[in-house]
Amino acid sequence: MAELSATSSGQPGSPGLAAPTPGPRLKRAWGPAFEAILVPLGAILLALVLFGLFCKAQGQDPFKVYASIYKASFGSWFAFQNTLMRTAPLMLTALCTALPARLGMIVIGNEGALVMGGIGAVIAGLAVPAWPPHLALGLMALSGMIWGGLWISLSAGLRQYRGVNETISSLLLNYISIAILNHLVNGPMKDPSSLNKPSSFPIAEEIMLGRITFGDFTMRVHWGLGYGLVACVILWFLMQRTTFGYQARFIGANPKAARLGGLPVNRTTLITCFLAGGCAGVAGMVEVAAVHGRANESLAAGFGYAGILVAFVARFHPLAIVPVSLLLGGILASSGILQRAHKLPDSTSLVFQGLVFLVILFSDSLYGRFKIFKP
Amino acid sequence: MRRLLPRFPHHTAAALALFATAAPSFAETVMGFIYVGPKDDYGYNQAHAEGGAGVGKVPGVKVVEEASVPETNAVQETMLNMVNIDGASVLFPTSFGYFDPHILKVAKEAPEVQFLHCGGLYDEKKHPKNVGSYFGWIYEAQYVNGIVAGHASKSGKLGFIAAKPIPQVLLNINAFALGARKANPKATVKVVFTGDWAMPVKEAEAANSLIDQGIDVLTCHVDSPKVITQTSERRGAYVCGYHANAAALAPKGYLTGAEWDWSSVYSKYAKMIQDGKSLMNGGIPHLIRGGFKEGFIKMSPYGPAVSDAAKADADAAKAAFMAGTLEVFTGELKDNEGNVKVPAGGALKRDDPAIESMSWLVEGVLGSTK
Amino acid sequence: MESFWLVTLAILAGAVRGGTPFLFVSLGECLTEKSGKINLGQEGSLLAGAMTAYAVSHHSGSPWYGVLAAMGTGMALGLLFAWLAQLPRTNDIAVGIALMLFGSGIAFFFGKPYIQPSAPLLPGIPLGAWSSSSQIQAALRICPLFFLGLLTAFFLAWFLRSTRWGLQIRAAGDQPSAARALGISLKSVRTWAAMAGSGLAAVGGSYLSLYYPGAWTEAISGGQGLMAVALVIFARWDPKMCLVASLLFGGAQSVGPALQAAGIQTGYYLWNASPYVLTLIVMIITCSTKKSLAGAPGALATGE
Repeated sequence: MAELSATSSGQPGSPGLAAPTPGPRLKRAWGPAFEAILVPLGAILLALVLFGLFCKAQGQDPFKVYASIYKASFGSWFAFQNTLMRTAPLMLTALCTALPARLGMIVIGNEGALVMGGIGAVIAGLAVPAWPPHLALGLMALSGMIWGGLWISLSAGLRQYRGVNETISSLLLNYISIAILNHLVNGPMKDPSSLNKPSSFPIAEEIMLGRITFGDFTMRVHWGLGYGLVACVILWFLMQRTTFGYQARFIGANPKAARLGGLPVNRTTLITCFLAGGCAGVAGMVEVAAVHGRANESLAAGFGYAGILVAFVARFHPLAIVPVSLLLGGILASSGILQRAHKLPDSTSLVFQGLVFLVILFSDSLYGRFKIFKP
Repeated sequence: MRRLLPRFPHHTAAALALFATAAPSFAETVMGFIYVGPKDDYGYNQAHAEGGAGVGKVPGVKVVEEASVPETNAVQETMLNMVNIDGASVLFPTSFGYFDPHILKVAKEAPEVQFLHCGGLYDEKKHPKNVGSYFGWIYEAQYVNGIVAGHASKSGKLGFIAAKPIPQVLLNINAFALGARKANPKATVKVVFTGDWAMPVKEAEAANSLIDQGIDVLTCHVDSPKVITQTSERRGAYVCGYHANAAALAPKGYLTGAEWDWSSVYSKYAKMIQDGKSLMNGGIPHLIRGGFKEGFIKMSPYGPAVSDAAKADADAAKAAFMAGTLEVFTGELKDNEGNVKVPAGGALKRDDPAIESMSWLVEGVLGSTK
Repeated sequence: MESFWLVTLAILAGAVRGGTPFLFVSLGECLTEKSGKINLGQEGSLLAGAMTAYAVSHHSGSPWYGVLAAMGTGMALGLLFAWLAQLPRTNDIAVGIALMLFGSGIAFFFGKPYIQPSAPLLPGIPLGAWSSSSQIQAALRICPLFFLGLLTAFFLAWFLRSTRWGLQIRAAGDQPSAARALGISLKSVRTWAAMAGSGLAAVGGSYLSLYYPGAWTEAISGGQGLMAVALVIFARWDPKMCLVASLLFGGAQSVGPALQAAGIQTGYYLWNASPYVLTLIVMIITCSTKKSLAGAPGALATGE
């Protein structure tokens, strides 16, 4: 993602503007960067046009609809915080697909790892109600990470040692983990006072994850956002800048050569998948510690499945996950206003999400097609 | 193709209202309704949405609504949006799971807004002043359902398809069983839990396997009774409705049904609020409950298969509820494991908190809460 | 003892009733995967099919038009999948998930006006008319679509094994480069396979809305489209095994309610997960790192 950070360093203009100056050198340096920015932007524009036509067919004024969407997702500090709130779990669950993808694996067990992480976090939180908040939160995050990590490692282990396809096994594990969650909160872990919504006992108020504050500045958004950002940066560093990451990418590019070359293929795979599942597990911990305060069926709210898409759209790049999560967070945050202000049905947002992602995936095929970006 | 595309004639007005001003005019009370599922599910959410539509006709009331809002951060956002953008001063988040922690959290941030929650228990020691709770004793209607079902059943074996063994559901099962045993002391009610609120295939499966075992009257407590009603009709069994009137789905076998009357409840709230009353100034009680007498619930009209004797018994029970002289849980009452739950001469009255934390099944119910 | 037979009968009847949509989706997915692509968007096809079938049956008065229309919708979604999944640098899993969102979004959006009205449903064939027992009559009232699915399973098995087109599909899935060398157009083979596969999934959807449980609601699928992907693995990409596995999965769905109805109450949450656990166990037992799974298309999930 050197490309992405490059544009923020203030290089002016588009390739067209750069043409009068000695072109070839500039193009060599910045062509791919512009491509990496302009292709997704073009895709989003195309998706907006398509969805606009859809709205038009429903008798809506597309511009008013977009004004509403903007207003509810990025248009004000209040709205932007709503978007950020959704971004946090998306970043973490997206990493669960993005990391193993570097090894050439496609893991879609994000929802299950999130749920297991949530269970792990609650168990840890219930065990240490009187600890100092920072320690207790650390333990909960660690427990969530271990539970989620082991859950995805199970898929990885089954693949490495038994040859079981990891895509399918992780999909199956999603359903199994949700069944385990339901079983636990309706049985062994049930708080009898949770009455009509069977839940685990709540963790202590004092060890809940708080809102982001710096001095006088307070956001409504909880620290889960910080967890997500930090995880994206650390894992970007790990995968792009360390020997471990190099090994992992090498295995992904050529597993046979990696094995022949004596690389610890199994170990690298298991560790990567553990970290991946750990991220989704931390997402579960964040949901528990910052939002629900307990484990119940609301943990499985679809952030895992959304994370898969984020990872693919970000082309598995840990840093690119941040803006893509922001985009999806914005779309999710605006789903309500379509109903309230435009009387569109609740499923409209689903259509919009589907369209955006189909078009963005389509746009992946456009890389390298435009001469103008060629170095 | 035109008919495939639904049109929404109100969009322009709504959009204009949105862009014109965020603050509502003084005469207008904006009420926000939030549903956990789609508004047209033939069940729980539809019942509330019809209530919302009903109160929207009251002069001076404007309704904003949002459906399919999950019980996560999303509902907190929706509530804040309704308050900050739409100018809502009263919110009705209608799903039980919205209460803790979501409503409690947002209520603290918006102390001038009233949060009225369906089904929760208000505790003045723990909960903010601007939170209130309302619910209907719909188990009274399930008791009447039971009486009609007990009369209609030839085998004396009745079935109840339920989502989860939670208090609101167990209460309904018990009331249905007691009603049925009032009509036929030998009647039994077999319970099947599907595990979740909307599982059409499992619900149909449960209906079929109950009917296979000679059960000839069914009722249910799931989000949408549509599938169960249709399946019993196809199999020639009788069915008692829940949430909303589903007689159209089973013209032969629909006996009667326990229905919500949220329109009347919400209109009463609107009236109180327009009179200047609020939760905060003590004008509106924090805990409102009601049955037949208070207009929270009603019965569907009797179907063709209901005998005169059944009608007479059911009408008598209904009249006694209206008069406030009948309680469903009167002693001596045992659970289905033989423990005495209500001693002889005692009663578990409808405003007893124990009613809303019921965790046992009454004698005559075949099933377990585990 | 009587209750034992009742439970058995209930499960068998449930297996046929509940297994039919699995049968269609899994046959469709099997065909798609045989050509070398995994389509996770079958869930979207299933839902879109269920909605279209119900809507068309409602307007036209004939459930069979509904089934046909569902098939058309499914094929259109399959075409979209095939096109997107075969572009350079795209991935079939991602396209599948996006289509799952899009397909269900379309189905829910346009399905709103059809939740309330009733539509003519598919007739059942009363094979149990000879019996006086209403249980047996009900158990043996079988939807014609089940027999269609049965035929499709055997036809597909024969088609893949013994026809030239079947060979081309298998070649595209097993050894794409060899297939290309033989002059087979991967693109058109996979497109046809995905279209037919998605169309079959949509027919499975029409069974849900037009026969059993016989209603259009947004919760109608309960994730069956995704489950069918696992089912295909369980069936080892063999259409005849898809039949067995579908009945097994369908039966597993009715085990929970049937056991409870017979008085066994505990653990229904775990019961709900039984098909997934079973599939996972079968995969663990039968897979090996030494050789790929017998019957598994070689190019599956390799991006080729």
